[in-house]
Amino acid sequence: MKMYDAGKIIVGIIVFVTLITFPFWYNRGKAAPSPKPKLLTREKECVEPTPYMKTSHMRLLNEWRNSVVREGNRLYISSNGKKYSMNLANTSLSDSCMGCHSKKAEFCDQCHNYVGVKPYCWDCHIEPKEKR
Amino acid sequence: MGVSRRNFLKIAGISLLGLGAKPAYDVFAGRDLPEFAQGEEAREAKRWAMVIDTRKCRDKDGCQDCILACHRAHNVPDVGNSRQEIKWIWTEPYENAFPNQEHEFLEETLKHRPVIVLCNHCDDPPCVRVCPTKATFKREDGIVMMDYHRCIGCRFCMAACPYGSRSFNWGDPRRAPKEKNPDFPTNPNFPTRTKGVVEKCNFCEERLVAGLLPACVEACKEKALIFGDLGNPDSDVRKVLRSHYTIRRKPGLGTGPAIYYIV
Ligand code: HEC
Ligand code: HEC
Ligand code: HEC
Repeated sequence: MKMYDAGKIIVGIIVFVTLITFPFWYNRGKAAPSPKPKLLTREKECVEPTPYMKTSHMRLLNEWRNSVVREGNRLYISSNGKKYSMNLANTSLSDSCMGCHSKKAEFCDQCHNYVGVKPYCWDCHIEPKEKR
Repeated sequence: MGVSRRNFLKIAGISLLGLGAKPAYDVFAGRDLPEFAQGEEAREAKRWAMVIDTRKCRDKDGCQDCILACHRAHNVPDVGNSRQEIKWIWTEPYENAFPNQEHEFLEETLKHRPVIVLCNHCDDPPCVRVCPTKATFKREDGIVMMDYHRCIGCRFCMAACPYGSRSFNWGDPRRAPKEKNPDFPTNPNFPTRTKGVVEKCNFCEERLVAGLLPACVEACKEKALIFGDLGNPDSDVRKVLRSHYTIRRKPGLGTGPAIYYIV
């Protein structure tokens, strides 16, 4: 069997394969580092158990939002009976999300940048001022 | 053999179901479901309402205490453009506040008296009826509330409100001119709004749950704004209403305003 222009074709195939596999061998042996949210709070536990918070904090926030705005509630009694103020960003309440997790950039943003979500909440809710 | 194949399968199936129920039981048993509650200091009412004594405003011409207090508490910026202004509480000339209740030969002082106006928190609010997303709704205690999370900015409510109590954010409030809003946001503990949503007075719902009075009521040194529960015959508003002649804005429309005026 004869192959016309064999040289060009083979070079072309090599260039093509190299380009298409570029991301694989370029990142060889290096996984993107997983995010390390810094806790920076003296408290021992979150509003709900940590595994639940990891996976479902956005759902909890939606529940809080509806309960506060639509039902006029302000207190959340968690599954282990502790009371928290249902509030996202009010730092005068020590038991709001940002009351405990006071540095958004070092906590929330660490994960969110990694997974590429940008909650629009901060268009309205005011980020706690970073104190240095 | 006592057990037929058929019966063996039945028993085995039921036992498997039992095993499957165990994890479900583990999840729910011993862990109470979370609950929601009002704050302990929350003020409650059957029907919140306000009486505004415009005679007291007359004596303090140009006083802006209530307006500034409200707008600072709720991060309402001065956008510096009267066609796009955002206002929760403001003043109108008497004849604009009370059309059909004025005439050519009105008492001189009345004619020039600025009248404090705000959302009327109506009994039968037209804005609630037209809102396609239920972003605006009426609470049990009479407060006409906005859920900014649901507002899609369609402005039907603005067209429906006969009192002009609603403002639209034509731009991002955080980009309002800095020279007019040097310390915006003035209250870091209350969210701002964003471009493309409508906003209005919330009767300081967030202060009532904390046991406080509305910011405008608290700020008025003349005590021209009286706030309380219409459902309670001994409340401040009921006492004032009993002893004074009061009018409401555009009563003929049947919206049932909860803001009463002594003129
Ligand atoms: C009382 C203080 C407190 C409050 C209030 C609080 N947190 Fe936490 N949060 C913590 C602590 C402490 C942890 C770490 C728990 C652990 O190490 O197991 C945590 C963990 C988390 C985690 C998991 C972090 C990780 O490393 O995986 C998330 C997500 C989270 N919180 C979000 C929230 C949100 C959202 C709110 C508001 C709804 C909130 N937290 C309110 C104290 C708090
Ligand atoms: C352990 C990592 C982690 C931490 C810490 C964390 N988040 Fe998240 N968050 C996520 C992930 C992952 C998603 C996206 C989930 C998805 O898209 O399904 C998310 C989504 C959200 C969403 C929904 C966004 C959207 O557009 O739907 C909100 C709101 C949110 N997070 C709030 C917070 C707040 C507030 C904090 C800080 C108190 C926080 N999160 C901390 C991992 C984290
Ligand atoms: C258009 C502006 C806007 C956006 C965007 C917004 N909020 Fe809100 N939110 C508000 C306002 C205003 C209130 C206050 C209502 C009140 O207290 O009367 C509020 C209240 C809340 C509350 C209850 C009390 C408090 O102040 O925290 C929660 C929880 C909440 N929002 C969560 C969220 C989350 C989560 C997001 C993002 C997914 C979000 N909001 C996005 C305007 C906004």
